[in-house]
Amino acid sequence: MSTINQSGWRPTTPEKGDSDTSTFTGNRALMLEEPLIFEIGSTETTGVDFDFEPGMGAYEDRLGGLARTAPIGLPGLSEPETVRHYTRLSRQNYAIDLGLFPLGSCTMKHNPRLNERMARLPGFADLHPLTPVDSCQGALEVIDQLAHWLITLTGMHAVAMSPKAGAHGELCGVLAIRAALDARGEGHRKILLVPISAHGTNPATAAFANFTVEDIPATDDGRVDLAALKARLGPDIAGVMITNPNTCGLFERDMREISDAVHAAGGYVYCDGANFNAIVGRVRPGDLGIDAMHINLHKTFSTPHGGGGPGSGPVVLSQALAPYAPLPFVEKTAGGFRLVEEETADEHHAGTFGRMVAFHGQMGMFTRALTYILSHGADGLRQVAEDSVLNANYILRSMEDLLDAPFAKSGPCMHEAIFSDKGLPEGFSTIDVAKGLIDEGYHPMTVYFPLVVHGAMLVEPTETESKATLDQFIGAFRSVAARAKNGDPTVKTAPHFAPRRRLDETLAARKPVLAYKEPAVAEAAE
Amino acid sequence: MSRYYTEDHEWVEVDGDIGTVGISDYAQGQLGDIVFVETPDEGKEVAKGDEAAVVESVKAASDVYSPVSGTVIEGNPALADTPELVNEDAEGEGWFFKLTLSDTSELEGLMNESAYADFVSKL
Amino acid sequence: MRYLPLTHADRKDMLSVIGAKTIDDLFVDVPGAAVLDGPIHGLPLHASELAVERHMTALAKKNLAAGDAPFFLGAGAYKHHVPASVDHLIQRGEFLTAYTPYQPEIAQGTLQMMFEFQSQVARLLGCDVANASMYDGSTACWEAIVMARRVTRRGKAILSGGLHPHYVSVANTMAKYTGDVLDTRLPVLGATPDTDDLIGLIDADTSCVVVQYPDILGRIADLSALADACHAKKALLIAVVTEPVALGAIKSPGEMGADIVVGEGQSIGVGLQFGGPYVGLFACSEKLVRQMPGRLCGETVDAEGKRGFVLTLSTREQHIRREKATSNICTSSVLCALAWSIHMTLLGEAGLRQLATKNHIGAIGASNVLSQVPGVELVTPVFFNEFTLKLSKEARPVVRQLADKGILAGVSLGRLYPGVESLENGLVVAVTETTTEEDVATLASALREALA
Repeated sequence: MSTINQSGWRPTTPEKGDSDTSTFTGNRALMLEEPLIFEIGSTETTGVDFDFEPGMGAYEDRLGGLARTAPIGLPGLSEPETVRHYTRLSRQNYAIDLGLFPLGSCTMKHNPRLNERMARLPGFADLHPLTPVDSCQGALEVIDQLAHWLITLTGMHAVAMSPKAGAHGELCGVLAIRAALDARGEGHRKILLVPISAHGTNPATAAFANFTVEDIPATDDGRVDLAALKARLGPDIAGVMITNPNTCGLFERDMREISDAVHAAGGYVYCDGANFNAIVGRVRPGDLGIDAMHINLHKTFSTPHGGGGPGSGPVVLSQALAPYAPLPFVEKTAGGFRLVEEETADEHHAGTFGRMVAFHGQMGMFTRALTYILSHGADGLRQVAEDSVLNANYILRSMEDLLDAPFAKSGPCMHEAIFSDKGLPEGFSTIDVAKGLIDEGYHPMTVYFPLVVHGAMLVEPTETESKATLDQFIGAFRSVAARAKNGDPTVKTAPHFAPRRRLDETLAARKPVLAYKEPAVAEAAE
Repeated sequence: MSRYYTEDHEWVEVDGDIGTVGISDYAQGQLGDIVFVETPDEGKEVAKGDEAAVVESVKAASDVYSPVSGTVIEGNPALADTPELVNEDAEGEGWFFKLTLSDTSELEGLMNESAYADFVSKL
Repeated sequence: MRYLPLTHADRKDMLSVIGAKTIDDLFVDVPGAAVLDGPIHGLPLHASELAVERHMTALAKKNLAAGDAPFFLGAGAYKHHVPASVDHLIQRGEFLTAYTPYQPEIAQGTLQMMFEFQSQVARLLGCDVANASMYDGSTACWEAIVMARRVTRRGKAILSGGLHPHYVSVANTMAKYTGDVLDTRLPVLGATPDTDDLIGLIDADTSCVVVQYPDILGRIADLSALADACHAKKALLIAVVTEPVALGAIKSPGEMGADIVVGEGQSIGVGLQFGGPYVGLFACSEKLVRQMPGRLCGETVDAEGKRGFVLTLSTREQHIRREKATSNICTSSVLCALAWSIHMTLLGEAGLRQLATKNHIGAIGASNVLSQVPGVELVTPVFFNEFTLKLSKEARPVVRQLADKGILAGVSLGRLYPGVESLENGLVVAVTETTTEEDVATLASALREALA
């Protein structure tokens, strides 16, 4: 078998806990149960009124005999029921607005509401993507201004704005690498080297773009093994995908040397910019020899995560890769902004690898990110990096006496601190510490990632947390970790106070129920 | 009838030139609750060390390598609906596939039961 | 620095706990040559809310919003009325500022909403199962082609000429690098889509046929014969829907035998936003689910036996399977999916059917009025809410000319298919419940003038 369960994550059927006092409704005061829309709605009910117009009754359709006859089965609710349904559901979620969200690698910082207000200005929110160019100059200017900031902050040459999310940005970067290699007549370079500590998206992206992936080992101090990397370079290597700061929360000290070695061997350097928040305004990736890097606007630049999307992943490119950038892009001309699409891509854009997405990318996220960037300015963004790194180191040094911190001796961490399950007694694991934190009122940290640390706990506080908040979190984290270390059985059955106890993920995967089905009408009893 | 193990935690039980392949009890314990097994199609040619099956828990997936070369006779049909057989009886009812061995000399490099037990105790 | 709570005193205290003298001590691993000694030059410093609002508002005013003009643009993005409560609900912090629901005990809100969304999408598209959404329609379309390759182990996809040109463009970009073979064609400016013409092209190497329904010119055709022909050759039929409101009036692709149905969900609950973020829909038959990309939410129980929801079948995904994942996608478009789901819940089946009827009747009326303008011919007699006109001259300059007068007349085929002479007089016109009779009259008289 290939590696068996590297991360050590073994969810099993949850242990039964003590049941609380039951109520008639199943509700517990402010913790309200909410049925599915299929259980409370009806296909006859609607919460939308339509103006009556003559002709709505009898008319001759133009549907060519394809009019729908079968019922669809879509339940409707009145407006008050709808508002209540979703409000009740929302209250079963943890969110940044409620408290610290220490997810490593996710940069769950505060989402300023000015961003939301600006994105909803009708000139942006109610603008069709195929509006003639002269009638959407303001939108193109937003894209151009944001592009200017991203290029300047990263010290790069160009930026591809259209990728829809981080992983889509990775795809953009590796396709640019592929296009550049093909242009050099080096189609035979098919291998991308990816550190074992990388996000899963890196190898998945490489494979999605038809590259072959080879792992690079890490050293004991949590960084890329430079010697192993150099030894593997050669005429079959397309490049490396590296994360810096890396997923262990450390800056890759040898980044420049890695870039130089990869370039000397004829390859390109892709950087996963998921952790750019730690260095924004203080370090420019372009100064480290990087050829392409995606920027998660939903991390560093505060656009909302929304429960898992939509994101946005513009990709900054070096001079070597810029000619291959995808369509469309915005160009400033004397007569205004011009949108370069398929038809206007002339000899200046002959190298473009093509279109990645319909239309122009995540405009709604561009307006939010630009709003945030203008609010912080160059000085504020630099302070963002400093405070995020300060907060992470504060947590690292406040916990390392109690929990194993595998890289604490490697020097300061960047934006996130990593701990392991080493030293927890038999039967206790990272998942128990995570679920224990839920009862304390926190979202758990990232667990069992990166794979280089067994039972990893990755904590990223971000810069938008106050010292008082951090102190309380550290107190809670220490308390739960101590209980786990002492074998407290109540940690094994945590959470006790959440809307749900531990869920049976095994059952969900063995017998998948992915859509609502009406319960079968029971046979009449004999 | 004799049983052989690999260092990658597969076992093969050989009867004449027919082999039955599965993963060891140790391996299922490391994986945790198994939720899905993808077994190879009948007639598939596998070489020793080839990826022949996939075993999945909720949070991990592992490729299972064929301990020997040969032609697949059948995958275990019971695993489609009851993957938990691998947790309950990894080295019996939870077998993955049967194949016709093309080269029985490949067995010489594999471990017997006590050698494997010794190997696992050192992990 | 209104988003930064640490005070100067806090920073000093924390540095001493850490055992560092200055903040620079925490950046020691950064090579000296790459350290910037102050804010990056040439960029403005921080600004007040008021100043930023002024700046952004000025930019927004330079655009002609759909609501400020007689508006007829469609071609993959549609203006519909979105009830006020939708935007109110998606801005609740517990939805807006939540993360991917990896910790299900404290993410049941997002998970239950995903389960409801998946169920709604599956029913609307006529499939067994749907995922929790993709980036958008164009990327969902490519993912479907790749999925068909995995399922059939064949590498040739046949793309209808009626498929949105951007979707074709995205597929061409990817296929260039993956080795997939794409058999593509241009649309023909005529009454019927190429649905039945594709049947003769299916062979033993075909993984899938991809058709759009309604297609880029607004045409609709029965997919049943094409589905049967695909299945006879063991290929899959992929149907793409860019206007889901249509499915309130016409048969779903799943009903007609499509194996995978993908689409752009923007027209329900999600605004135009100049092209994004949108919400990709992705549905298929139950037996294909393990080859599906993207996130899936499933039902289960908790330790007390209460019903709850979790992300499931994760071994298909990149964070578990890495280079062997079904896709590299790591996010979905959950907040847009939420908007979609809320809007759909407000509509319900009865409301959706009414909305679709209103769209269709409005489009019939508009097509009648516009085709009476001299120099305008209706080329697509069968449609839902979008139809194609053939003008007596090239359409693209006409569209620009009308935009300068504050009328957004439709999407010219010259914009979508630059340099294709046979299409350059084509104009695709979309009509929704937001279009008034006055809008149609305004467009008709402007066209009359432009074509005179």
